[in-house]
Amino acid sequence: MPAIDTGSTAWMLVCAAMVLFMTPGLALFYAGMVRSKNVLSSTMHSLFAMGLVSVIWAVIGYTLAFGKDVGGLIGGLQFLGLGGVLGSATGTGTSAIPTSVFAMYQGMFAVITVALITGAVAERMKFKAYVIFATLWAVLVYSPLAHWVWGGGWLMKFGALDFAGGTVVHIASAAAALAAALALGKRTGYGTEEMRPHNIPMSVLGAGILWFGWFGFNAGSALGSGHLAGSAFMATNLSAAAGMLAWTLAEVFTGHKPTVLGAASGAVAGLVGITPAAGFVGPMPALAIGAIVGIACYFGLRLKSRFGFDDALDVVGVHGVGGTTGAILTGVFASLAVNSAGADGLLSGGGLALIGKQFVGVGATIAFSFTVSFIILKLLDITMGIRVDVDTEAGGLDLAEHAETGYEF
Amino acid sequence: MKKIEAVIKPHKLDEVKEALHALGVTGMTAYEVKGFGRQKGHTEVYRGNEYTIDFVPKTKIELVVDDELAPKVEQAIVDAARTDKIGDGKVFTFDCIGAVRIRTGERGTDAL
Repeated sequence: MPAIDTGSTAWMLVCAAMVLFMTPGLALFYAGMVRSKNVLSSTMHSLFAMGLVSVIWAVIGYTLAFGKDVGGLIGGLQFLGLGGVLGSATGTGTSAIPTSVFAMYQGMFAVITVALITGAVAERMKFKAYVIFATLWAVLVYSPLAHWVWGGGWLMKFGALDFAGGTVVHIASAAAALAAALALGKRTGYGTEEMRPHNIPMSVLGAGILWFGWFGFNAGSALGSGHLAGSAFMATNLSAAAGMLAWTLAEVFTGHKPTVLGAASGAVAGLVGITPAAGFVGPMPALAIGAIVGIACYFGLRLKSRFGFDDALDVVGVHGVGGTTGAILTGVFASLAVNSAGADGLLSGGGLALIGKQFVGVGATIAFSFTVSFIILKLLDITMGIRVDVDTEAGGLDLAEHAETGYEF
Repeated sequence: MKKIEAVIKPHKLDEVKEALHALGVTGMTAYEVKGFGRQKGHTEVYRGNEYTIDFVPKTKIELVVDDELAPKVEQAIVDAARTDKIGDGKVFTFDCIGAVRIRTGERGTDAL
């Protein structure tokens, strides 16, 4: 067995906790953007994922993602119930970490990926239907995708690069979000009623927590503490910063005021964009990725009005557009000089090969996640209904679905 | 007796209250309202979505005074609440046909 590196283990324990903390951060980020009558409903989507997906991951998710490869598509059942995890090590040489730490770290990704989807279902999905959807999605979509990209599956062997989850986390959740927005339909009054965010400081705090946790997400994806974690940490901060600046400049250049929600969204867009690239690019490419993705997402928000779907909190516009742009840009900026386990992209003399592979990774993820998500949602809609009734929607989901209200005025 | 209702800019409430206090007015009711007049609303932008907000936050005050004091109160509100910018609000005066102080049962101007 490879030797356990205590420095790396300590870092990865912290990273796992930081990635967990992103989910309540996301709860705040999303909840601030809904109307006050749905603040708890939106919060509960993320909060409950911390409980639900943690359990699913331990029982079956981890083994489906990281069990022995079966045909490049799925992991075997060797680690059912996290059996065989304790006492073993993950990694090579002298930099291994306990597999228990690796399994928990990966579980936190599953939690937040499910929670990310909920921005699209906000203000109208039945909570019970969400719980069943989240359960099925974590098993049938997330776990196989994690296997494809990180668990020894076909995309990993194919050579598509995804350092920290641009495809598995962001594109997958955005494709599911699109499926959910289409399956649910628009919120009552969408386009005619005011649906203003009810608490932007809450969203800003959430974005700040996301930024903080993202260091665990990206730098932790080095699976150890050392040069690679350092470079991913640096790339992460620079891309978030550039994303914020780019989004704000895009607002100003299109004739708007520099908005607070825009600055926060730009930072998140930059973080999404650097996720697949974080461990493969140097600092200046990271700035470029953040800036390009920030602008792409700013205009990406218009997709929903262009195509007429109600992606309430812009999961497609930020995570879909940002994840896709970041994945393609990984094929442009990746460099073997930064990470010898990666590949050379277009600007490092690698030609178009990597970009082509990145397209395949993106396309496969979108097709798989969208299709399976849509089927799950349609089946749930036929059997139990996925949408609350009009009265519940009008009065707010907090009271009708949870018998609580967020505020007493 | 006259009932006076005024819709004013929220930040002018203290000045109006002080002005009425100086006239000897002993009580009033104030609450937060939303509305629009010639000022119309404003535009807010969230992630590129523009919302036209028709209803602007205002403060409404209500008080009942005797007939003699009413014109002075009206003028005091106008003087104190005016900023000379659009959206300063309006003052309405009504006849009031009754008033009772619940604790003592006093009626009419004695109840004010």
